[in-house]
Amino acid sequence: MSQDQQGHDEHGHEHQQSFISHYIFSTDHKMIGKQFLLLSAIMACFGGFMAYLIRWEVAFPNTPAPFFGLVTPDKFNAIITLHGTIMIFFVGMPFLSAFPSNFLVPLMIGARDMAFPKLNMASFWITFVGAVLLVSSIFVPGGPVAGGWVGYPPLSASSEFTGVKIGAVLWILALACALVSSSLGGMNYLVTAATLRAPGMTFNRIPMTVWFLLASAITFFFSAGPLIAGAFMMLMDNAFGTGFFLPAKGGEPMLWEHLFWFFGHPEVYVLFFPALGFGLDIMATFTRKPVFGYKLILWCTGSAVALSYIVWAHHMFMSGLNPLLATPFSITTILISVPFAIIIFCMFATLRNGAIRLELPFLWIIGFLATFLIGGLTGIFLGSASADIYLHGTYFVVAHFHYTLFPSVFFGGFGAVYYWFPKMYGKKLNEKLGFLHLALTFIFFNGTFWPLFKVGMGGMIRRIADPSFYPQYHQFQGLNAFATVSAICLIATQVIFLWNLVLSLNHGPQAEKNPYQSNTLEWIADSPPPHGNWGPVLPVVTSDPYEYSKPGEAKDWQPQATNLPV
Amino acid sequence: MTVTTMDSNQRALVSAKLAILLFITAEVMFFGGLISSLVVFRSGPDPWLAPGQLRLPLEVTAVNTLVLLVSGVTFHLAYRALKAAQAEKFKKLLTTTAALGILFLAIQGFEWVRLLKFGLTLRASIFGGFFYCLVGTHALHVLGGLIALLWVLRRAWADAYSPEKFLGVEICRIYWFFVAGLWPVIFFLVYL
Ligand code: HEM
Ligand SMILES: [Cu+2]
Repeated sequence: MSQDQQGHDEHGHEHQQSFISHYIFSTDHKMIGKQFLLLSAIMACFGGFMAYLIRWEVAFPNTPAPFFGLVTPDKFNAIITLHGTIMIFFVGMPFLSAFPSNFLVPLMIGARDMAFPKLNMASFWITFVGAVLLVSSIFVPGGPVAGGWVGYPPLSASSEFTGVKIGAVLWILALACALVSSSLGGMNYLVTAATLRAPGMTFNRIPMTVWFLLASAITFFFSAGPLIAGAFMMLMDNAFGTGFFLPAKGGEPMLWEHLFWFFGHPEVYVLFFPALGFGLDIMATFTRKPVFGYKLILWCTGSAVALSYIVWAHHMFMSGLNPLLATPFSITTILISVPFAIIIFCMFATLRNGAIRLELPFLWIIGFLATFLIGGLTGIFLGSASADIYLHGTYFVVAHFHYTLFPSVFFGGFGAVYYWFPKMYGKKLNEKLGFLHLALTFIFFNGTFWPLFKVGMGGMIRRIADPSFYPQYHQFQGLNAFATVSAICLIATQVIFLWNLVLSLNHGPQAEKNPYQSNTLEWIADSPPPHGNWGPVLPVVTSDPYEYSKPGEAKDWQPQATNLPV
Repeated sequence: MTVTTMDSNQRALVSAKLAILLFITAEVMFFGGLISSLVVFRSGPDPWLAPGQLRLPLEVTAVNTLVLLVSGVTFHLAYRALKAAQAEKFKKLLTTTAALGILFLAIQGFEWVRLLKFGLTLRASIFGGFFYCLVGTHALHVLGGLIALLWVLRRAWADAYSPEKFLGVEICRIYWFFVAGLWPVIFFLVYL
């Protein structure tokens, strides 16, 4: 076939693949995507259990937590550290970036696979090794690292303070694995999107999901290097006795903070962009309208990526940073809210006059918007240095970042899972259970984190193992207990989803090829798509992704490619 | 820009080139992190080279810098020869490049052993830490490039490359330029 130049000669007939090459060392982008999904689900169980332990200890100090026992201060410190690291690097990254980038990018641009399938496989297994290293640090002598997920030295750079030595080295290695894996992955997605687009898939026909996944990859790519450098130096401090971050040896602990947050702030956008992309695509499908301001959104995204590299010191207002630097970093931080505000307004404008279908994925996205807005707005308070002097280090910050990360990762991520599940497995998820899952998640999420704004504004400092020790925090006992009960319910609610998965995969109705009459290319492939995605002929793209409800047309949608049956 | 016009050879070249360029930008950010940390310390209040601190071997390393830079030039000339269908010249120049790379590493290693004997260790001071971490990471990158180069060289002597087929040479060349181009910066900041 003249159109098919992507090097899949053997398509059309069945591949004889052994179990191992099909499920384990697979190079098929769809299988690798699912592997990332499974890994993130397993790690979310660890992270979730730790969240429960943290909340238990904060609300009911010095009482043994059911299924665990007493959370002593040293355990508490280790648990908050592992919780953060796991949730960001081994749940957020695989679930929101690696899984959809692998599964969706080739399908949505009309490719047969990634540009470098073997590299892709390596990227999954490197993450897997990282996850194993991190979890195994629980069992080594000295215990896991306990310096917080941000790993501030000198706590993290020398074992004399915490007694943790092997655990610290394992933590750094796990971090290194996550960073290397995501870099390799990002390189792959970017090259794939640059070179393997189907004929006719011009830049302004690329769906928003792909654009935002690429923005996420770029943001990660240029920020990871300095943290890898920092992690390298910290490894040397821990394992080989250098003193880069140790004041006693002439080192500079704040240097780590700079290196960490130079990565850390862009990283929060890495975990936020994909949710915006899913949101826009899902909204277009269920409002039967084009995305409002396609080009505007792309320009805003570009400027947000650029600005994301010059805001990092807003995490360090209270670190002894030169106060003269607080003003410029306050300004850039508040500036970066502008492009995001425009994007969110574009989302609202997309809703306007839409023929809205209140289906499940759409409702998850509305849940994402409703909760994320609170997170975004509270960020602006924190970004002004004068307010942050009071709020830094309190539960207000905890509430802020959970109101940003949880909506992105879970509301946005579940929106994507419910939306693309029929394509992934050829089955539909049960709607009723889905609604229940959404409603309870929404209620209990707000129940968990809303009280923490109040607790934080009241001045309660985060990362305190035993609040009963401080009389001034006794007044927050009620709110904290409420948050903890909500958190336990929130975690328990996720069982509904697991149950739905098991039920639907085994007994769910067969999904149609294109259950939502959506335009983008992935809906042209079979559900689930075969190896090589398209039959012998590649789709030829002839229209924009969002040609919905065109005046004068009989049907309210227009598939991006018409040379293949939809 | 449409994709249809590329044949699979071209596509492989474009993909690989893009990938290596992205990889190099990530590397630049990595070295950027290390180098800016070094600059932070150098510009701090404490004297960077304390009295009594060992002075680094400036002359030898300056010559060695030249060796690496020349290897970049020979690599480029080899590439040009390949594209001009001068197979023999290509092979000779490529071999010269590899030899220069090996020479660079050998001199570096030799100097390291001497410095260690003089007591400049990783733990001796922040300076010692940076010296080995930064110079060592760069040396590892040269080693990585050299391994790739030796692999390309073997294929070159087996006549696997032609003016139309030069993917391996091209990728290796881009990476080698990066490694060679980075060294003067490190030399300047660490040794001078
Ligand atoms: C306009 C948007 C945003 C602004 C202005 C903003 C501002 C801030 C500021 C100033 C802090 C530091 C507070 C302190 O430690 O005293 C902070 C913390 C944080 N933010 Fe945001 N933020 C925004 C959006 C986001 C998004 C989208 C995410 C994630 C998806 C996020 C995740 C976090 C995290 C994880 C932390 C705390 C990390 C820690 O200290 O453990 N933020 N934010
Ligand atoms: Cu930030």
